[in-house]
Amino acid sequence: MTDRAIRILIAKPGLDGHDRGAKVIARALRDAGFEVIYTGLRQTPEMIAEAALQEDVDVVGLSILSGAHQTLVPVIRQTMNAHDLADVPLILGGIIPEQDHAEMAQAGVEAIFGPGTSTADIVTTIRRIVAERGEPTA
Amino acid sequence: MTDSAPSLAAAVLSGSRRALARALTWVENEHPDSAALLSTLYPHGGRAWVVGITGAPGTGKSSLVTALALRLRQQGETVAILAVDPTSPFTGGAILGDRIRMRDLSGDSGVFIRSMATRGSLGGLIRVLDAAGFDRVLVETVGAGQSEVDIARAAQTTVVVEAPGLGDDVQAIKAGILEIADVLAVNKADRAGAENTVRALRAMLELGHPTQRNRMVNHHGQRMSAEAPTQDDHEAELWVPPLVRTVATREATPENDGIGDLLDAIDRHRAHLTHADGDKLRQRQRGRIEGELLDRLSHALMARLLAALPAGTLEAAIDDVQSRQRSPHHAVQSLLDSAGKAAQPNGV
Ligand SMILES: Nc1nc2c(ncn2[C@@H]2O[C@H](COP(=O)(O)OP(=O)(O)O)[C@@H](O)[C@H]2O)c(=O)[nH]1
Ligand SMILES: [Mg+2]
Repeated sequence: MTDRAIRILIAKPGLDGHDRGAKVIARALRDAGFEVIYTGLRQTPEMIAEAALQEDVDVVGLSILSGAHQTLVPVIRQTMNAHDLADVPLILGGIIPEQDHAEMAQAGVEAIFGPGTSTADIVTTIRRIVAERGEPTA
Repeated sequence: MTDSAPSLAAAVLSGSRRALARALTWVENEHPDSAALLSTLYPHGGRAWVVGITGAPGTGKSSLVTALALRLRQQGETVAILAVDPTSPFTGGAILGDRIRMRDLSGDSGVFIRSMATRGSLGGLIRVLDAAGFDRVLVETVGAGQSEVDIARAAQTTVVVEAPGLGDDVQAIKAGILEIADVLAVNKADRAGAENTVRALRAMLELGHPTQRNRMVNHHGQRMSAEAPTQDDHEAELWVPPLVRTVATREATPENDGIGDLLDAIDRHRAHLTHADGDKLRQRQRGRIEGELLDRLSHALMARLLAALPAGTLEAAIDDVQSRQRSPHHAVQSLLDSAGKAAQPNGV
Protein backbone atom coordinates (compact mmCIF):
# COMPACT_ATOMS: atom_id res chain seq x y z
CA MET A 1 0.00 0.00 0.00
CA THR A 2 2.90 2.34 0.61
CA ASP A 3 3.94 2.18 -3.03
CA ARG A 4 0.48 3.15 -4.17
CA ALA A 5 0.69 5.80 -6.89
CA ILE A 6 -0.73 9.23 -6.13
CA ARG A 7 -3.68 9.94 -8.39
CA ILE A 8 -4.03 13.50 -9.57
CA LEU A 9 -6.57 15.15 -11.85
CA ILE A 10 -4.98 17.81 -14.03
CA ALA A 11 -7.76 20.04 -15.29
CA LYS A 12 -7.87 23.09 -17.49
CA PRO A 13 -10.93 25.16 -16.64
CA GLY A 14 -11.97 28.24 -18.52
CA LEU A 15 -11.33 29.24 -22.06
CA ASP A 16 -7.52 29.02 -22.44
CA GLY A 17 -6.78 27.84 -25.91
CA HIS A 18 -3.75 25.68 -25.30
CA ASP A 19 -2.59 23.14 -22.79
CA ARG A 20 1.11 22.80 -23.45
CA GLY A 21 2.01 23.75 -19.88
CA ALA A 22 -0.50 21.34 -18.39
CA LYS A 23 0.86 18.53 -20.55
CA VAL A 24 4.44 19.24 -19.50
CA ILE A 25 3.37 19.00 -15.86
CA ALA A 26 1.38 15.85 -16.57
CA ARG A 27 4.43 14.16 -18.08
CA ALA A 28 6.68 15.27 -15.25
CA LEU A 29 4.25 13.87 -12.70
CA ARG A 30 3.96 10.62 -14.61
CA ASP A 31 7.73 10.37 -14.63
CA ALA A 32 7.65 10.86 -10.87
CA GLY A 33 5.36 7.82 -10.62
CA PHE A 34 1.99 9.60 -10.37
CA GLU A 35 -1.16 8.51 -12.12
CA VAL A 36 -2.31 11.60 -13.94
CA ILE A 37 -5.88 11.83 -15.15
CA TYR A 38 -5.94 14.36 -17.91
CA THR A 39 -9.27 15.60 -19.24
CA GLY A 40 -8.42 18.21 -21.88
CA LEU A 41 -9.36 21.81 -22.42
CA ARG A 42 -12.31 23.89 -21.27
CA GLN A 43 -13.47 21.92 -18.29
CA THR A 44 -16.46 23.29 -16.43
CA PRO A 45 -16.49 23.20 -12.61
CA GLU A 46 -19.08 20.41 -12.84
CA MET A 47 -16.86 18.37 -15.15
CA ILE A 48 -13.90 18.81 -12.82
CA ALA A 49 -15.83 17.78 -9.73
CA GLU A 50 -17.39 14.83 -11.54
CA ALA A 51 -14.04 13.56 -12.81
CA ALA A 52 -12.40 14.06 -9.41
CA LEU A 53 -15.18 12.06 -7.80
CA GLN A 54 -15.31 9.19 -10.28
CA GLU A 55 -11.55 8.88 -10.43
CA ASP A 56 -11.20 9.12 -6.63
CA VAL A 57 -8.16 11.32 -6.99
CA ASP A 58 -5.93 12.36 -4.11
CA VAL A 59 -5.53 15.89 -5.39
CA VAL A 60 -6.84 18.19 -8.13
CA GLY A 61 -4.46 20.42 -10.05
CA LEU A 62 -5.87 23.34 -12.01
CA SER A 63 -3.97 25.03 -14.80
CA ILE A 64 -5.20 28.54 -15.45
CA LEU A 65 -3.44 30.94 -17.79
CA SER A 66 -6.37 33.16 -18.72
CA GLY A 67 -6.33 35.33 -15.61
CA ALA A 68 -9.78 34.08 -14.68
CA HIS A 69 -8.59 32.33 -11.50
CA GLN A 70 -10.46 34.73 -9.22
CA THR A 71 -13.80 33.74 -10.68
CA LEU A 72 -13.02 30.10 -11.51
CA VAL A 73 -11.25 28.83 -8.40
CA PRO A 74 -13.91 29.62 -5.78
CA VAL A 75 -16.64 28.10 -7.95
CA ILE A 76 -14.60 24.95 -8.54
CA ARG A 77 -13.86 24.59 -4.83
CA GLN A 78 -17.55 25.04 -3.99
CA THR A 79 -18.66 22.61 -6.66
CA MET A 80 -16.21 20.03 -5.39
CA ASN A 81 -17.43 20.56 -1.83
CA ALA A 82 -20.98 20.13 -3.01
CA HIS A 83 -19.94 16.77 -4.47
CA ASP A 84 -18.68 15.69 -1.06
CA LEU A 85 -15.09 16.31 -2.11
CA ALA A 86 -14.20 18.87 0.55
CA ASP A 87 -11.32 16.65 1.64
CA VAL A 88 -9.66 16.64 -1.79
CA PRO A 89 -6.96 19.31 -1.94
CA LEU A 90 -6.77 21.82 -4.75
CA ILE A 91 -3.53 23.14 -6.23
CA LEU A 92 -3.07 25.76 -8.87
CA GLY A 93 -0.59 26.31 -11.68
CA GLY A 94 -0.30 29.04 -14.28
CA ILE A 95 0.12 32.75 -14.22
CA ILE A 96 -1.20 33.91 -10.86
CA PRO A 97 -0.03 37.37 -9.76
CA GLU A 98 1.61 37.51 -6.35
CA GLN A 99 -1.08 39.83 -4.96
CA ASP A 100 -3.78 37.22 -5.65
CA HIS A 101 -2.10 34.42 -3.71
CA ALA A 102 -3.73 35.23 -0.37
CA GLU A 103 -7.13 35.35 -2.01
CA MET A 104 -6.48 31.97 -3.66
CA ALA A 105 -5.47 30.47 -0.32
CA GLN A 106 -8.68 31.88 1.10
CA ALA A 107 -10.58 30.16 -1.69
CA GLY A 108 -9.06 26.83 -0.67
CA VAL A 109 -5.95 26.53 -2.83
CA GLU A 110 -3.18 24.74 -0.99
CA ALA A 111 -0.27 25.49 -3.31
CA ILE A 112 0.43 27.73 -6.27
CA PHE A 113 3.05 26.95 -8.88
CA GLY A 114 4.17 29.77 -11.13
CA PRO A 115 5.81 29.32 -14.52
CA GLY A 116 9.29 29.13 -12.95
CA THR A 117 8.60 26.35 -10.45
CA SER A 118 10.79 23.30 -10.96
CA THR A 119 8.98 20.02 -11.47
CA ALA A 120 10.97 18.58 -8.56
CA ASP A 121 9.43 21.23 -6.29
CA ILE A 122 5.97 20.49 -7.63
CA VAL A 123 6.39 16.77 -7.01
CA THR A 124 7.68 17.30 -3.47
CA THR A 125 4.88 19.71 -2.58
CA ILE A 126 2.15 17.44 -3.93
CA ARG A 127 3.60 14.49 -2.05
CA ARG A 128 3.61 16.52 1.15
CA ILE A 129 0.04 17.77 0.69
CA VAL A 130 -1.26 14.27 -0.01
CA ALA A 131 0.70 12.80 2.91
CA GLU A 132 -0.76 15.44 5.26
CA ARG A 133 -4.24 14.26 4.34
CA GLY A 134 -3.29 10.78 5.39
CA GLU A 135 -3.58 7.61 3.36
CA PRO A 136 -7.02 8.11 1.84
CA THR A 137 -7.82 4.46 1.49
CA ALA A 138 -6.64 3.31 4.90
CA MET B 1 -15.33 8.73 4.14
CA THR B 2 -16.63 5.27 4.93
CA ASP B 3 -13.82 3.03 6.03
CA SER B 4 -15.18 -0.42 6.76
CA ALA B 5 -16.00 -3.02 4.14
CA PRO B 6 -19.64 -3.54 5.21
CA SER B 7 -20.50 0.15 5.29
CA LEU B 8 -18.68 0.84 2.03
CA ALA B 9 -20.49 -2.07 0.36
CA ALA B 10 -23.81 -0.81 1.70
CA ALA B 11 -23.10 2.66 0.34
CA VAL B 12 -22.16 1.25 -3.08
CA LEU B 13 -25.37 -0.78 -3.17
CA SER B 14 -27.43 2.24 -2.19
CA GLY B 15 -26.08 4.09 -5.22
CA SER B 16 -23.47 6.41 -3.73
CA ARG B 17 -21.06 7.39 -6.49
CA ARG B 18 -18.44 8.52 -4.02
CA ALA B 19 -18.57 5.13 -2.35
CA LEU B 20 -18.37 3.41 -5.71
CA ALA B 21 -15.27 5.42 -6.60
CA ARG B 22 -13.68 4.54 -3.27
CA ALA B 23 -14.59 0.86 -3.63
CA LEU B 24 -12.84 0.79 -7.00
CA THR B 25 -9.77 2.33 -5.38
CA TRP B 26 -9.78 -0.33 -2.68
CA VAL B 27 -9.94 -3.11 -5.20
CA GLU B 28 -7.35 -1.58 -7.47
CA ASN B 29 -4.92 -1.08 -4.61
CA GLU B 30 -5.62 -4.42 -3.01
CA HIS B 31 -6.65 -2.71 0.18
CA PRO B 32 -6.55 -5.17 3.11
CA ASP B 33 -10.36 -5.15 3.28
CA SER B 34 -10.97 -5.38 -0.46
CA ALA B 35 -11.54 -9.13 -0.34
CA ALA B 36 -14.25 -8.61 2.29
CA LEU B 37 -15.73 -5.82 0.20
CA LEU B 38 -15.81 -7.95 -2.94
CA SER B 39 -17.33 -10.85 -1.06
CA THR B 40 -20.12 -8.65 0.25
CA LEU B 41 -20.80 -7.24 -3.20
CA TYR B 42 -20.53 -10.53 -5.07
CA PRO B 43 -24.12 -11.79 -4.55
CA HIS B 44 -25.41 -8.52 -6.02
CA GLY B 45 -23.64 -8.91 -9.33
CA GLY B 46 -24.28 -10.94 -12.44
CA ARG B 47 -26.62 -8.57 -14.23
CA ALA B 48 -24.33 -6.34 -16.25
CA TRP B 49 -23.31 -7.20 -19.79
CA VAL B 50 -19.57 -6.62 -19.96
CA VAL B 51 -18.18 -5.51 -23.30
CA GLY B 52 -14.43 -5.32 -23.90
CA ILE B 53 -13.22 -2.85 -26.51
CA THR B 54 -9.65 -3.55 -27.46
CA GLY B 55 -7.25 -2.52 -30.20
CA ALA B 56 -4.07 -0.63 -30.96
CA PRO B 57 -3.55 2.92 -29.68
CA GLY B 58 -5.25 5.51 -31.87
CA THR B 59 -7.76 3.18 -33.50
CA GLY B 60 -10.55 5.16 -31.85
CA LYS B 61 -11.50 2.98 -28.89
CA SER B 62 -12.29 5.85 -26.51
CA SER B 63 -14.31 7.59 -29.19
CA LEU B 64 -16.14 4.37 -29.93
CA VAL B 65 -16.85 3.71 -26.27
CA THR B 66 -18.29 7.21 -26.01
CA ALA B 67 -20.48 6.74 -29.07
CA LEU B 68 -21.68 3.37 -27.79
CA ALA B 69 -22.42 4.78 -24.36
CA LEU B 70 -24.42 7.66 -25.84
CA ARG B 71 -26.48 5.18 -27.86
CA LEU B 72 -27.02 2.93 -24.84
CA ARG B 73 -28.13 5.90 -22.77
CA GLN B 74 -30.71 6.74 -25.43
CA GLN B 75 -32.04 3.24 -24.92
CA GLY B 76 -32.25 3.88 -21.20
CA GLU B 77 -29.39 1.64 -20.15
CA THR B 78 -26.94 2.78 -17.49
CA VAL B 79 -23.28 2.53 -18.45
CA ALA B 80 -20.04 2.17 -16.56
CA ILE B 81 -16.78 2.64 -18.41
CA LEU B 82 -13.38 1.35 -17.38
CA ALA B 83 -10.62 2.89 -19.45
CA VAL B 84 -7.30 1.13 -19.05
CA ASP B 85 -4.12 2.86 -20.17
CA PRO B 86 -0.71 1.32 -19.88
CA THR B 87 1.58 2.26 -17.04
CA SER B 88 4.96 3.65 -17.91
CA PRO B 89 7.29 0.69 -17.48
CA PHE B 90 10.01 2.96 -16.11
CA THR B 91 8.31 4.92 -13.38
CA GLY B 92 5.08 3.10 -12.64
CA GLY B 93 3.32 6.38 -13.41
CA ALA B 94 0.76 6.91 -16.12
CA ILE B 95 -1.09 9.58 -18.02
CA LEU B 96 -4.69 8.50 -18.27
CA GLY B 97 -6.19 10.53 -21.09
CA ASP B 98 -9.17 8.58 -22.29
CA ARG B 99 -11.62 10.97 -20.64
CA ILE B 100 -10.60 13.63 -23.16
CA ARG B 101 -12.69 11.79 -25.75
CA MET B 102 -15.55 11.13 -23.35
CA ARG B 103 -16.53 14.73 -22.81
CA ASP B 104 -19.99 14.21 -24.27
CA LEU B 105 -20.82 11.84 -21.44
CA SER B 106 -20.22 14.37 -18.69
CA GLY B 107 -23.08 15.48 -16.51
CA ASP B 108 -25.01 12.25 -16.98
CA SER B 109 -25.71 10.46 -13.72
CA GLY B 110 -26.40 7.26 -15.66
CA VAL B 111 -22.74 7.08 -16.66
CA PHE B 112 -19.70 6.40 -14.52
CA ILE B 113 -16.20 6.59 -15.97
CA ARG B 114 -13.08 5.31 -14.31
CA SER B 115 -9.54 5.41 -15.70
CA MET B 116 -6.90 3.02 -14.54
CA ALA B 117 -3.34 2.07 -15.32
CA THR B 118 -2.65 -1.54 -16.16
CA ARG B 119 -2.22 -2.89 -12.68
CA GLY B 120 -4.61 -4.22 -10.13
CA SER B 121 -7.48 -6.48 -10.83
CA LEU B 122 -9.64 -5.79 -13.85
CA GLY B 123 -11.95 -8.63 -12.89
CA GLY B 124 -12.50 -7.22 -9.41
CA LEU B 125 -13.22 -3.73 -10.73
CA ILE B 126 -15.79 -5.11 -13.15
CA ARG B 127 -17.47 -6.99 -10.30
CA VAL B 128 -17.79 -3.80 -8.28
CA LEU B 129 -19.41 -1.97 -11.20
CA ASP B 130 -21.66 -4.93 -11.86
CA ALA B 131 -22.82 -5.03 -8.24
CA ALA B 132 -23.38 -1.26 -8.34
CA GLY B 133 -26.15 -2.04 -10.83
CA PHE B 134 -24.96 -0.78 -14.21
CA ASP B 135 -26.65 -2.42 -17.18
CA ARG B 136 -23.47 -2.33 -19.24
CA VAL B 137 -19.83 -2.21 -18.39
CA LEU B 138 -17.61 -1.09 -21.26
CA VAL B 139 -13.93 -1.84 -20.78
CA GLU B 140 -11.40 -0.12 -23.02
CA THR B 141 -7.98 -1.76 -23.16
CA VAL B 142 -4.98 -1.29 -25.40
CA GLY B 143 -4.54 -4.42 -27.41
CA ALA B 144 -1.00 -5.27 -26.54
CA GLY B 145 0.49 -8.27 -24.85
CA GLN B 146 -1.38 -9.88 -22.02
CA SER B 147 -4.07 -7.25 -21.53
CA GLU B 148 -6.09 -8.33 -24.53
CA VAL B 149 -6.30 -11.87 -23.27
CA ASP B 150 -7.22 -10.60 -19.81
CA ILE B 151 -10.06 -8.57 -21.19
CA ALA B 152 -11.31 -11.45 -23.27
CA ARG B 153 -11.47 -13.40 -20.06
CA ALA B 154 -13.29 -10.69 -18.12
CA ALA B 155 -15.73 -9.58 -20.82
CA GLN B 156 -18.76 -11.35 -22.19
CA THR B 157 -18.40 -9.77 -25.60
CA THR B 158 -15.03 -8.64 -26.92
CA VAL B 159 -14.92 -6.06 -29.70
CA VAL B 160 -11.60 -5.79 -31.51
CA VAL B 161 -11.09 -2.40 -33.14
CA GLU B 162 -8.97 -1.87 -36.21
CA ALA B 163 -8.54 1.30 -38.24
CA PRO B 164 -6.87 2.31 -41.47
CA GLY B 165 -3.77 4.41 -41.55
CA LEU B 166 -1.92 3.02 -38.56
CA GLY B 167 0.47 0.88 -40.54
CA ASP B 168 -1.88 -1.94 -39.71
CA ASP B 169 -1.61 -3.84 -42.96
CA VAL B 170 -2.46 -7.48 -43.32
CA GLN B 171 0.68 -8.73 -41.64
CA ALA B 172 0.47 -6.29 -38.78
CA ILE B 173 -3.01 -7.35 -37.74
CA LYS B 174 -2.04 -9.91 -35.21
CA ALA B 175 -3.67 -13.28 -35.52
CA GLY B 176 -3.87 -13.39 -31.73
CA ILE B 177 -6.21 -10.48 -31.53
CA LEU B 178 -8.56 -12.03 -34.05
CA GLU B 179 -8.82 -15.10 -31.89
CA ILE B 180 -10.35 -13.16 -29.04
CA ALA B 181 -12.73 -11.12 -31.21
CA ASP B 182 -16.45 -11.74 -30.86
CA VAL B 183 -17.07 -8.66 -32.99
CA LEU B 184 -14.70 -6.81 -35.31
CA ALA B 185 -15.03 -3.08 -35.79
CA VAL B 186 -13.24 -1.26 -38.57
CA ASN B 187 -13.36 2.25 -37.19
CA LYS B 188 -12.55 5.44 -39.12
CA ALA B 189 -14.61 4.05 -41.95
CA ASP B 190 -14.71 7.63 -43.23
CA ARG B 191 -11.00 7.46 -43.97
CA ALA B 192 -9.34 6.41 -47.17
CA GLY B 193 -7.97 2.93 -46.82
CA ALA B 194 -10.81 1.65 -44.64
CA GLU B 195 -11.84 -0.78 -47.36
CA ASN B 196 -8.33 -2.22 -47.44
CA THR B 197 -8.53 -2.87 -43.72
CA VAL B 198 -11.93 -4.49 -44.19
CA ARG B 199 -10.59 -6.67 -47.00
CA ALA B 200 -7.55 -7.71 -44.98
CA LEU B 201 -9.70 -8.69 -42.01
CA ARG B 202 -12.19 -10.52 -44.23
CA ALA B 203 -9.38 -12.49 -45.78
CA MET B 204 -8.09 -13.51 -42.38
CA LEU B 205 -11.57 -14.44 -41.21
CA GLU B 206 -12.23 -16.48 -44.30
CA LEU B 207 -9.00 -18.37 -43.88
CA GLY B 208 -10.68 -19.43 -40.70
CA HIS B 209 -8.70 -18.21 -37.76
CA PRO B 210 -7.59 -20.99 -35.42
CA THR B 211 -10.19 -20.38 -32.76
CA GLN B 212 -12.97 -20.69 -35.21
CA ARG B 213 -11.59 -23.97 -36.50
CA ASN B 214 -11.09 -25.30 -33.02
CA ARG B 215 -14.59 -24.39 -32.06
CA MET B 216 -15.94 -26.33 -34.98
CA VAL B 217 -13.76 -29.34 -34.35
CA ASN B 218 -14.52 -29.37 -30.65
CA HIS B 219 -18.13 -28.92 -31.37
CA HIS B 220 -18.29 -31.90 -33.64
CA GLY B 221 -15.91 -33.96 -31.56
CA GLN B 222 -17.97 -33.43 -28.45
CA ARG B 223 -21.45 -33.43 -29.75
CA MET B 224 -21.30 -36.03 -32.48
CA SER B 225 -20.78 -38.89 -30.08
CA ALA B 226 -23.83 -37.98 -28.04
CA GLU B 227 -26.16 -36.76 -30.72
CA ALA B 228 -25.83 -35.48 -34.23
CA PRO B 229 -26.18 -31.72 -34.20
CA THR B 230 -29.24 -30.47 -35.97
CA GLN B 231 -29.03 -27.52 -38.30
CA ASP B 232 -30.51 -25.36 -35.55
CA ASP B 233 -28.02 -26.57 -33.03
CA HIS B 234 -25.25 -25.87 -35.41
CA GLU B 235 -26.35 -22.33 -36.03
CA ALA B 236 -26.62 -21.72 -32.36
CA GLU B 237 -23.22 -23.20 -31.59
CA LEU B 238 -21.05 -21.50 -34.14
CA TRP B 239 -20.38 -17.83 -33.84
CA VAL B 240 -18.58 -16.14 -36.69
CA PRO B 241 -17.40 -12.68 -35.62
CA PRO B 242 -19.31 -10.08 -37.63
CA LEU B 243 -17.38 -7.21 -39.14
CA VAL B 244 -18.83 -3.73 -38.68
CA ARG B 245 -17.69 -0.40 -40.16
CA THR B 246 -17.92 2.52 -37.75
CA VAL B 247 -17.23 6.23 -37.59
CA ALA B 248 -16.87 7.07 -33.94
CA THR B 249 -16.35 10.79 -34.15
CA ARG B 250 -19.16 13.18 -33.58
CA GLU B 251 -18.99 14.76 -37.03
CA ALA B 252 -20.57 11.71 -38.58
CA THR B 253 -24.27 11.77 -39.12
CA PRO B 254 -25.82 9.24 -36.75
CA GLU B 255 -27.68 7.52 -39.61
CA ASN B 256 -24.52 6.14 -41.13
CA ASP B 257 -21.97 6.06 -38.35
CA GLY B 258 -22.32 2.32 -37.90
CA ILE B 259 -22.66 2.62 -34.12
CA GLY B 260 -26.14 1.13 -34.29
CA ASP B 261 -24.71 -1.78 -36.29
CA LEU B 262 -21.99 -2.28 -33.72
CA LEU B 263 -24.45 -2.33 -30.88
CA ASP B 264 -26.56 -4.70 -32.90
CA ALA B 265 -23.63 -7.06 -33.40
CA ILE B 266 -22.87 -6.96 -29.66
CA ASP B 267 -26.47 -7.72 -28.83
CA ARG B 268 -26.58 -10.57 -31.35
CA HIS B 269 -23.54 -12.04 -29.69
CA ARG B 270 -25.24 -11.66 -26.36
CA ALA B 271 -28.34 -13.39 -27.73
CA HIS B 272 -26.11 -16.13 -29.11
CA LEU B 273 -24.60 -16.76 -25.68
CA THR B 274 -27.88 -16.53 -23.82
CA HIS B 275 -29.74 -18.58 -26.42
CA ALA B 276 -31.52 -21.66 -25.04
CA ASP B 277 -31.75 -20.39 -21.48
CA GLY B 278 -28.17 -19.20 -21.47
CA ASP B 279 -26.69 -22.64 -21.57
CA LYS B 280 -23.66 -21.52 -23.50
CA LEU B 281 -23.13 -18.55 -21.24
CA ARG B 282 -23.31 -20.75 -18.17
CA GLN B 283 -20.80 -23.16 -19.70
CA ARG B 284 -18.46 -20.30 -20.47
CA GLN B 285 -18.87 -18.87 -16.99
CA ARG B 286 -18.20 -22.22 -15.40
CA GLY B 287 -14.97 -22.50 -17.35
CA ARG B 288 -13.89 -19.06 -16.20
CA ILE B 289 -14.88 -19.65 -12.61
CA GLU B 290 -12.96 -22.90 -12.62
CA GLY B 291 -9.92 -21.10 -14.00
CA GLU B 292 -10.21 -18.38 -11.39
CA LEU B 293 -10.68 -20.78 -8.50
CA LEU B 294 -7.72 -22.91 -9.56
CA ASP B 295 -5.63 -19.76 -9.96
CA ARG B 296 -6.54 -18.49 -6.54
CA LEU B 297 -6.09 -21.89 -5.00
CA SER B 298 -2.60 -22.27 -6.38
CA HIS B 299 -1.66 -18.80 -5.16
CA ALA B 300 -3.05 -19.55 -1.72
CA LEU B 301 -1.36 -22.93 -1.53
CA MET B 302 1.92 -21.47 -2.63
CA ALA B 303 1.69 -18.70 -0.04
CA ARG B 304 0.86 -21.24 2.64
CA LEU B 305 3.67 -23.50 1.58
CA LEU B 306 6.27 -20.75 1.50
CA ALA B 307 5.13 -19.57 4.92
CA ALA B 308 5.52 -23.09 6.26
CA LEU B 309 9.08 -23.47 4.99
CA PRO B 310 11.66 -23.05 7.76
CA ALA B 311 13.85 -20.01 7.16
CA GLY B 312 16.72 -20.64 4.80
CA THR B 313 15.30 -23.85 3.34
CA LEU B 314 14.60 -22.33 -0.05
CA GLU B 315 18.05 -20.73 -0.23
CA ALA B 316 19.67 -24.02 0.74
CA ALA B 317 17.72 -25.79 -2.00
CA ILE B 318 18.85 -23.21 -4.53
CA ASP B 319 22.47 -23.76 -3.42
CA ASP B 320 22.10 -27.52 -3.80
CA VAL B 321 20.68 -27.21 -7.29
CA GLN B 322 23.32 -24.72 -8.32
CA SER B 323 26.15 -26.93 -7.09
CA ARG B 324 24.49 -29.93 -8.74
CA GLN B 325 24.18 -31.82 -5.49
CA ARG B 326 20.50 -32.14 -6.20
CA SER B 327 18.36 -31.99 -9.29
CA PRO B 328 15.54 -29.41 -9.36
CA HIS B 329 13.14 -32.31 -9.17
CA HIS B 330 14.65 -33.66 -5.96
CA ALA B 331 14.96 -30.19 -4.50
CA VAL B 332 11.23 -29.65 -4.95
CA GLN B 333 10.47 -32.99 -3.34
CA SER B 334 12.49 -32.11 -0.28
CA LEU B 335 11.00 -28.62 -0.13
CA LEU B 336 7.54 -30.17 -0.09
CA ASP B 337 8.70 -32.55 2.63
CA SER B 338 10.10 -29.83 4.85
CA ALA B 339 7.03 -27.64 4.37
CA GLY B 340 4.89 -30.64 5.28
CA LYS B 341 6.94 -31.39 8.40
CA ALA B 342 6.95 -27.77 9.47
CA ALA B 343 3.19 -27.72 9.12
CA GLN B 344 2.73 -30.73 11.46
CA PRO B 345 1.58 -29.46 14.84
CA ASN B 346 4.12 -31.48 16.85
CA GLY B 347 6.79 -32.01 14.25
CA VAL B 348 7.67 -35.52 13.19
N1 LIG C 1 -11.69 10.25 -39.00
C1 LIG C 1 -11.97 9.61 -37.86
N2 LIG C 1 -11.23 9.85 -36.77
C2 LIG C 1 -11.53 9.18 -35.64
C3 LIG C 1 -12.58 8.22 -35.59
N3 LIG C 1 -12.62 7.70 -34.33
C4 LIG C 1 -11.64 8.30 -33.63
N4 LIG C 1 -10.98 9.19 -34.41
C5 LIG C 1 -9.84 10.02 -34.03
O1 LIG C 1 -8.73 9.18 -33.78
C6 LIG C 1 -7.96 9.68 -32.71
C7 LIG C 1 -7.77 8.64 -31.63
O2 LIG C 1 -9.02 8.38 -31.05
P1 LIG C 1 -9.19 7.71 -29.62
O3 LIG C 1 -10.64 7.48 -29.41
O4 LIG C 1 -8.48 8.49 -28.59
O5 LIG C 1 -8.42 6.33 -29.87
P2 LIG C 1 -7.88 5.24 -28.82
O6 LIG C 1 -6.46 5.55 -28.55
O7 LIG C 1 -8.03 3.94 -29.53
O8 LIG C 1 -8.74 5.33 -27.60
C8 LIG C 1 -8.64 10.93 -32.24
O9 LIG C 1 -8.05 12.05 -32.85
C9 LIG C 1 -10.07 10.75 -32.71
O10 LIG C 1 -10.73 11.98 -32.93
C10 LIG C 1 -13.34 8.01 -36.78
O11 LIG C 1 -14.26 7.19 -36.82
N5 LIG C 1 -12.99 8.71 -37.89
MG1 LIG D 1 -8.25 5.54 -25.57
